[in-house]
Amino acid sequence: MSTTNGIIGKSVKRVEDKRFITGKGRYTDDIVLPLQTYASFVRSPYAHAKILGVDTEIAQAMPGVIKIYTGADVADINGVPCGWQVNFKNGDTMKEPKHALLVADKARYVGDAVAVVIAETREQAKDAAQMVVVDYEELPVVVDAAEAVKAGAPLVHDSVPNNMCYDWELGNPKEEVNEALAATAHITTLEFVNQRMIPNAIEPRSYNASYDATSEKYTLYTSTQNPHVIRLLMCAFVLGIPEHKVRVVGPDVGGGFGSKIFHYTEEALLTWASKNINRPIKWTAERTESFLTDAHGRDHVTKAEMGFDTTGKIVGLRIKTFANLGAYLSTFGPCIPTYLHGTLLQGLYTTPKINVDVTAVFTNTTPVDAYRGAGRPEATYLLERLLDLAAHEMEMDPAELRLRNFIPPFDGVNQPGYQTQVALQYDSGNYEGVLYKGLEILGYKEFRQKQQESAQNGKLLGVGFSTYIEACGLAPSAVAGALGARAGLYEMGHVRVQPTGKVTVFTGTHGHGQGHETTFAQVVASRLGIPMEDIEIVHGDTDAMAFGMGTYGSRSLAVGGSAIVKSIDKIIEKGKKIAAHRLEASADDMEFEEGKFTVKGTDKSVSFGDVALTAYVPHVYPPDLEPGLDFSSFYDPTNFTYPFGCHIAVVEVEKETGKVKLQRFIAVDDVGNIVNPMIVEGQIHGGVAQGVGQALYEGAEYDSNGQLTNASYMDYCMPRADDLPMFETTNQITPCPHNPLGVKGAGEAGTIGSTPAVVNAVIDALWSGGHKVKDIRMPLTPERVWRAMQTTKNG
Amino acid sequence: MQIQVKVNGADYTHEVEPRLLLVHFLRDVLHLTGTHIGCDTSICGACTILVNGKSTKSCTMFAVQADGCELTTVEGLSQNGELHPLQEGFKEMHGLQCGFCTPGILMNMVNFLEHHPNPSEEEIRHALKGNLCRCTGYQNIVKSVQYAATKMLKNEEVPA
Ligand code: FES
Ligand code: FES
Repeated sequence: MSTTNGIIGKSVKRVEDKRFITGKGRYTDDIVLPLQTYASFVRSPYAHAKILGVDTEIAQAMPGVIKIYTGADVADINGVPCGWQVNFKNGDTMKEPKHALLVADKARYVGDAVAVVIAETREQAKDAAQMVVVDYEELPVVVDAAEAVKAGAPLVHDSVPNNMCYDWELGNPKEEVNEALAATAHITTLEFVNQRMIPNAIEPRSYNASYDATSEKYTLYTSTQNPHVIRLLMCAFVLGIPEHKVRVVGPDVGGGFGSKIFHYTEEALLTWASKNINRPIKWTAERTESFLTDAHGRDHVTKAEMGFDTTGKIVGLRIKTFANLGAYLSTFGPCIPTYLHGTLLQGLYTTPKINVDVTAVFTNTTPVDAYRGAGRPEATYLLERLLDLAAHEMEMDPAELRLRNFIPPFDGVNQPGYQTQVALQYDSGNYEGVLYKGLEILGYKEFRQKQQESAQNGKLLGVGFSTYIEACGLAPSAVAGALGARAGLYEMGHVRVQPTGKVTVFTGTHGHGQGHETTFAQVVASRLGIPMEDIEIVHGDTDAMAFGMGTYGSRSLAVGGSAIVKSIDKIIEKGKKIAAHRLEASADDMEFEEGKFTVKGTDKSVSFGDVALTAYVPHVYPPDLEPGLDFSSFYDPTNFTYPFGCHIAVVEVEKETGKVKLQRFIAVDDVGNIVNPMIVEGQIHGGVAQGVGQALYEGAEYDSNGQLTNASYMDYCMPRADDLPMFETTNQITPCPHNPLGVKGAGEAGTIGSTPAVVNAVIDALWSGGHKVKDIRMPLTPERVWRAMQTTKNG
Repeated sequence: MQIQVKVNGADYTHEVEPRLLLVHFLRDVLHLTGTHIGCDTSICGACTILVNGKSTKSCTMFAVQADGCELTTVEGLSQNGELHPLQEGFKEMHGLQCGFCTPGILMNMVNFLEHHPNPSEEEIRHALKGNLCRCTGYQNIVKSVQYAATKMLKNEEVPA
């Protein structure tokens, strides 16, 4: 039998591709149910307006209209819940205003849903929605987080004074940090905006809800990243229907990047309405609707100060951030600026004193939640911009400055994990390793020479570094709970060996582009010693498995994969008993390798397939042996995983126009062990593209009336093929010591590392031309870069 | 209005509203859901198909404008159960992740390769400008197209 052990670490081609390249993928909008109806939403065109009345009379009489619901119809239904609780510094719980399925009192952002029209066709629903007359009284608007907490700012929710959701602090006491900073040789100060991003999965959000009156069962097809959690939230907190009467299916999903983690009002509303009209209802967002209503990401206004001693050692870090949460709390909104941002501010450095202070604020904008990386990109941006700027200010080499401050290498086995000042314990790391590797690929010395020559010839070249760490594998229930999660975050893996030896694996994670069907099958094939073709990975259907927490925060393989491994261990253990029975040996004497159970030291063996069959068609089983070969496990790790890496960008800035050309991008990532290098590389590529997008092209632009002025692909600039170079990617491998696969997670690394690298490179280019620029607001459009050069012309 | 079209080799006659977009006709009337909608404003390219052999964004055309035309969608790309070299290239070079943008990119590139059988990286990137992909960072899409170009060139040499 051919060995399958070597299958780990191999770039096996993806098994899911066949259906996608032939047009046979099955995304939610592709699903048409018998008696299908369609929904269209009436959304507020104002960012803040009292709703004086909603007149549906004309719309109701239009062709094909089945039913129209307004805020009054759903007033008794709970709003969508928030899954994470953060307390004020004084111990009070955060402000958590109701997020109604349809608003009745006032609209709080452009796109807030006021009514929904359900009709026989998409077009009829849309036509009628346009004829619903809403009487609005416009109210003053606030869009900026730092402005919103000022006295006299308009109130988004009457019940929330100063629009403050919570204030929060982490790290060493402020006084200690102040003291450390007061005594330093140099302080680098940066006031900056980490702009609001729009995730923009190419598949718009789509839902199709139906109800079967005979079984009293609901089915919701939804473009989600975590079907089970949607079911739980919707059943337990919004609609109060028993979970066994609800099936939630996340079929093929066209990208998520965070925006499809959350429980959206439309999901609950359509599910509820499908029973009322007793027909299936489908809604698919149009692109502008996606811009307005998918949860946005980032949006911090920050002041950060980092102090250095005369040798360049960091002595302290002080941070004040205003985080914009938008008009309502999205499912994980409160945890992003705090537990996913504040806790990462140690970075890769030995900074002895850190204090981070976050004020989270409601504004008249779309709700903000996790977007690829979530919190870690904001933290990394802050640290890596500070480091590079400090190097420029102190006339030090930015790579050297980092090397002086790195936490020394540790493997987490022989050396303990590294305890940070901000609540985390890193698992294992070799931070200087990734930087050295990056410098080598870049050819650093030669680059600096070339840069000088270019500057003399009037050409601005720049290099930017970013050495990052992130916390992945979102799971440890105890840790998550201590940090405010209202649920533990383990994962489930169920392995069912079929009587013929084929294996069906059910996972509670959800694949939407990450190649789970391939990677997980590789893991199973290698552990069981059977061919990948004999394995099927099932995900995304709450009827198929008991529970799951979905996919986000690069948790699938580290947590979901480990749960599968746990079940495989149980399969092998029981298989040994069955094999021992077959071979009349003792289970303790059985070995399992490459798909075969063997009696130790003999050639007596029985194949995995034979054991499977014996499990289901048993003969004269001993009394203590149950038939069947089917196990599920719940895996709850003891810690997050901590991938890290070094990203280096090389840019050329056109002096006359300020246009930035990304010439090279080097990514050295350490994501622990790698199951499928091709898939990991693909994840890095996509992540880098999104991070470059934030640095150079993307960002939500609200005007002072709260209008999102770039809510279409025509106005919101996403990187296209000719904006990007070939990325130079490579890996270092420092296994994670606390999960059986040694993996750390790769989904977000690219996004986290790349943004500061690119911005640092642009600033470095400008300094090389004598423009001592501290900061340029992202995205670094030609205009902004050009202006920065003008204001520092003689600098 | 009544329209007659040939789609992937099969003839269809349908009564449609004049305002019905071609992409909705394909998806909702013919149930060919391989053609996707990412934006409905002709920017993302997810809905690209071939109209009389020319790559066209089907959200930019009304179904009635396609009357009498020959259309090819991603479902018509494989012949006799054999993957088109481009489809093979995407699988081999990991040119897709979520797969949502993929049909549109395939249909754009089929047309592109006809006119540029041996394209440079720059030409491919330029030709991809009308397609948005949020997952891949485009690198492996470029490589997939290169793979297909190489394979198609080789195959052309074979009969000689
Ligand atoms: S859907 Fe046609 S270009 Fe986007
Ligand atoms: S593969 Fe997901 S958008 Fe291109």
